[in-house]
Amino acid sequence: MIKFDGVTKVYGDKVKAVDDVSFEVPEGNIVVFLGPSGCGKTTTLRMVNRLESITEGKIFVNGTDVNSLNQIELRRNIGYVIQHNGLFPNMTIEDNVMAVPNLLSWDRKKKTDRYNHLMDLIGLNPDEYRKRYPHELSGGQQQRVGIARAMAADPPVMLMDEPFGALDPVIRSRIQNEFLQIQQEVKKTILFVSHDIDEAIKMGDGIAIFEGGKLMQYDSPSELLARPKNEFVREFVGQDRALKSLSLHTVKDLISERMLRKADGLQKHNKKTITVETNLRDALSILLNQEADQLFVQANNKLVGAMRIDDVEAYLHHHIK
Amino acid sequence: MNKRLVSFVIKLILFTLVMSFFAWSFKSGYYQLIIDDAEGFIFLLIQHIHMVALSSFLAIVLAIPMGILVTRPKFQKLQWLFMNTANLGQTIPSLAILALAMTWMGIGFKPAVFALFLYSLLPILRNTVAGIKSIDPDLLDAAKGIGYTPAQILLKIELPNAAYPIMAGIRTAVVINIGTAALAYLVGGGGLGDWIFTGIMMRDNSYLLSGAIPVTLLALLADQLIRAAEKLIVSKGLRPSAAVSD
Repeated sequence: MIKFDGVTKVYGDKVKAVDDVSFEVPEGNIVVFLGPSGCGKTTTLRMVNRLESITEGKIFVNGTDVNSLNQIELRRNIGYVIQHNGLFPNMTIEDNVMAVPNLLSWDRKKKTDRYNHLMDLIGLNPDEYRKRYPHELSGGQQQRVGIARAMAADPPVMLMDEPFGALDPVIRSRIQNEFLQIQQEVKKTILFVSHDIDEAIKMGDGIAIFEGGKLMQYDSPSELLARPKNEFVREFVGQDRALKSLSLHTVKDLISERMLRKADGLQKHNKKTITVETNLRDALSILLNQEADQLFVQANNKLVGAMRIDDVEAYLHHHIK
Repeated sequence: MNKRLVSFVIKLILFTLVMSFFAWSFKSGYYQLIIDDAEGFIFLLIQHIHMVALSSFLAIVLAIPMGILVTRPKFQKLQWLFMNTANLGQTIPSLAILALAMTWMGIGFKPAVFALFLYSLLPILRNTVAGIKSIDPDLLDAAKGIGYTPAQILLKIELPNAAYPIMAGIRTAVVINIGTAALAYLVGGGGLGDWIFTGIMMRDNSYLLSGAIPVTLLALLADQLIRAAEKLIVSKGLRPSAAVSD
């Protein structure tokens, strides 16, 4: 658990980069810090491992005030991932991943086991990459290694500063999915800086929106989209917030609200089959792309019914607005 | 492909020219002196190497720590002072430095070593500072963020990643030093300059070439040796080969 209590950062005499920010991040959650550049999100993140000093207020990690700890020890116990991966070009992949265990002087056997485990986790062959150097890897692979390095000493908390920001959209989306899967397994408490609302909705259990150093709103993604607290948040999440919120709901949610249509008789129309796990935004996209008049919905490989645009619309009115 | 061909042809022509020069000078008996006065030659050669080795060593052990010092955030303000002093030192002709050293330290081995040492400082200092400053700040941020101490950042990140420019600075300094050491004769420092200057004064090609050619070969040899050391010291990860894409 991470707790921010009246945290303020002042540069020089009067520039307030972060202004009296208070909120709590429950254990095992991903909270995305969102906002335009210069809004204070990165500074807030960097105060947690004291890469920036805290001017006023307190930050607690699992109940301990970070200012009461030795800053080197503190950092070794917090995973840290940055945008341009920051892998050390002079070290092999193994030495990069094992950077923190090396600092902590783990024994050889423990290090080798941990390295193998982490590489398997991020989907790279441990032996193939062991003696290679960062420049021999693609951007996506480097970023994966950066994540493995952050998790090396199994820290309960991870800080990620736009970790996928430099990747192209296809790779980014793939790594986001992989990372969510890894998170299912490791259940870290993660602070994640992003400037991309879609990424925040996808990755976050909670989203904290910053502007001018102030915390504008801290809520779950669906709450944030459904009930923006003020004009800034409303504008930042965009005109299409209803549409965006659809990606948080699946066909299953829709079924629990309303019956599906019968899937018979209409088979002569062009049709497309989706599963109940499909999110409603994708379902709507398929319908709007006129790939089909209606979608056939499958659960466990069995046809359970059909849906049309009106169904999504009705769900949206009833549930989200 | 075309470029490689051109560079190959140029190398071939140069090689042929150098070789025919050697053949000519050898045939003309210009190196007879080395054989006839082998003892004198070896004495001067060792003296030359001694001067170069001592002055280069002193320059390395002073310039690298100096470069490290002025790249620490605390001493950043000193950087211009050190760099400008070193730059000034380099603008003074080597002969003038020798003369200045002589007025202070008299004649002999000492002023020669001192002048060579001063002259070698700048290339090493400049490359150390440039090498450390050119390291991607993200690397340092990452290192700090995962809990490296400042000393560990210096030893495991900064110096290894600046190793190539630092080694290049040492190479430049040593090679220049070997050539400049021939001037040590003028302050009575000895070395192969003795024969070169004797050759110039007596218009005797035999002395001239028996001194000058070994100096040239020494410089080439030092260059190759330091390049070999570079390969051992600089991490393989810093020599980019083919990049891979997803």
